[in-house]
Amino acid sequence: MTATGYSLLGVTAVVVATLAVGAYGWRFSRTTSDFFVASRTVRPGLNASAIGGEYLSAASFLGVAGLVLAFGTEMLWYPVGWTAGYLVLLVFVAAPLRRSGAYTLPDFAESRLESRGVRRLSALLVVAIGWLYLMPQFQGAGLALAAPTGTGTWLGGVLVATVVVVNVLFGGMRSITFVQAFQYWLKLTALLFPLLFMAAIWLRDGAVSPASVAVGSGNAAGDSWTSPLAGTDHELYTTYAIIVATFLGTMGLPHVVVRFYTNPDGAAARRTTLLVLALLGLFYLLPPVYGGLGRLYAPDLVAAGRAESVVLELPARMVDGTLGDLLSALTTAGAFAAFLSTSSGLTVAVAGVISQDVMGRRFGGVRAFQAGAVVAVLVPLGLALLTEGVGVAQAVGLAFAFAASTFCPLLVLGIWWRRLTDAGAIAGMVVGGGCAGGAVLATLLGVGPGGWPGALLAQPAAWTVPLAFLTMVGVSLATPRRVPRHAARTMVRLHTPEAVQLDRGNPPR
Amino acid sequence: MSESTPRRERVTSPRTSAARAQRVPAAREIDAQTLLGEVYMSSLLRSQLRLALLALATLAVLVGGIPLLFWLFPDLTDVEVLAVPLPWFLLAFAVYPFLFGIGWLYVRAAERNERDFTDVLDRS
Repeated sequence: MTATGYSLLGVTAVVVATLAVGAYGWRFSRTTSDFFVASRTVRPGLNASAIGGEYLSAASFLGVAGLVLAFGTEMLWYPVGWTAGYLVLLVFVAAPLRRSGAYTLPDFAESRLESRGVRRLSALLVVAIGWLYLMPQFQGAGLALAAPTGTGTWLGGVLVATVVVVNVLFGGMRSITFVQAFQYWLKLTALLFPLLFMAAIWLRDGAVSPASVAVGSGNAAGDSWTSPLAGTDHELYTTYAIIVATFLGTMGLPHVVVRFYTNPDGAAARRTTLLVLALLGLFYLLPPVYGGLGRLYAPDLVAAGRAESVVLELPARMVDGTLGDLLSALTTAGAFAAFLSTSSGLTVAVAGVISQDVMGRRFGGVRAFQAGAVVAVLVPLGLALLTEGVGVAQAVGLAFAFAASTFCPLLVLGIWWRRLTDAGAIAGMVVGGGCAGGAVLATLLGVGPGGWPGALLAQPAAWTVPLAFLTMVGVSLATPRRVPRHAARTMVRLHTPEAVQLDRGNPPR
Repeated sequence: MSESTPRRERVTSPRTSAARAQRVPAAREIDAQTLLGEVYMSSLLRSQLRLALLALATLAVLVGGIPLLFWLFPDLTDVEVLAVPLPWFLLAFAVYPFLFGIGWLYVRAAERNERDFTDVLDRS
């Protein structure tokens, strides 16, 4: 059997296993609550695996190793930031968000601020961030399947979209929870197992340090490769902008937040997040090692502009014969698990919002959710097929900066500051989202200037997030009459432990 | 259910006797949003917010300080820990147990704050 055959076999196995594990969950999915939040009965262990599986996307599985291979230590800020984002989420958001009793971010916004306007704006932002994040998943799937098989780049995206829609249509959140928990462990194994063989070969070859070799045209060798500062100009600013975007953007991603509603109570939400921190830390130990070994054994990928496929190709290059091909097939299968799980989570989140805020009145419950899921997948799939030029990492970076500039201030101020008003929230989200979105769009379209303005536009989070916070606080203080009538009661609901018998006002629906 | 309507479950559920026995004066102060109730609530909120800000500050200084440190002292890049360059050692390995450690301490302290709050309400 050829290397292509093994890879196809691996991808097929992941797809079949995903549908089979999903089918196990279908048997339990009966009610609308099952579809949206798995009836809020998911235990911390299972839930943490599911969050880990959902969160580790193509950018984590393929992107980190490729970036480390091409640019070096500074790119480690991305996995560090994606993990630290969960710590920030844990301390500011996890338990209160679960106690708010809302299904989605728009639900939270409406119940906290008692305003339909905030709800509509939040719904718009959830769909925008979700589609922005789904598009690169489909593109990545196309590239990963096209590399070993030589098919068109559209096939992988269509395959992932189909599997996701089938699972979501029949099982909703309950079946997705099982699928994603399974896929976390699959992804970890797919990276760890080949690494054991490759590390043995590296030790046999004399354990040469990746930092000691020059790669490509020499612009990323030696000192620059080990430096933890990003870029060449304005490196300190760029590094801190990446830190702000990833540390604060995580809490605003719709597929991350929707998972918290599946916990039984606020304390369980905290313990789940702590487990997620451990699982993410464990996983992110692995991709940088692929990047480091790639410098020694596959440096030509950088010059060829295919650094992102280092995870897929490295095992076959380092390990001889059939074993190498099998190990490469394993990492290809793991990459597909990454596309499937992240796309599933995003689809559930976006479908929940579309069904509640766009078609909730015309259809009801489960039907609307299923229709929402189809729309949630078709639009970004179409975008992915139309716009193949936008890079995977760029789109994901935009999503993080955008989320950090909109939902992060809404969640943090909404949970901890009772004088937040609906006018303040809308102004802050419009200013933050407008500046962040405009800045990165300008960079993507290539109209960004050089020098300092260029650096500020390429990584906008370091100034758009403070700006969004200041706008939200300033406008709220200027409109004190618009403080929600039940703000004090809502604070009781958000912060008191469930065991205490208190009047918590009206949880949303 | 609006603020003015009575709490239905207190008369309809067969299990309300247990729940009613737990309804203690401090909880009623909070429900009625009296000044004393506000004191209970704001002390819970303040202790939890202080804890969260402490965790964030630890993260910002110790992890967020890394770029500044290497920018001020570029020679640190050449230091090696266990044959690994220091920046790589910090960002690829050491940072993850550290993040988990902060999270673990935070969860313990946050649950203690909530237990204290529950105890105060039960004792009064």
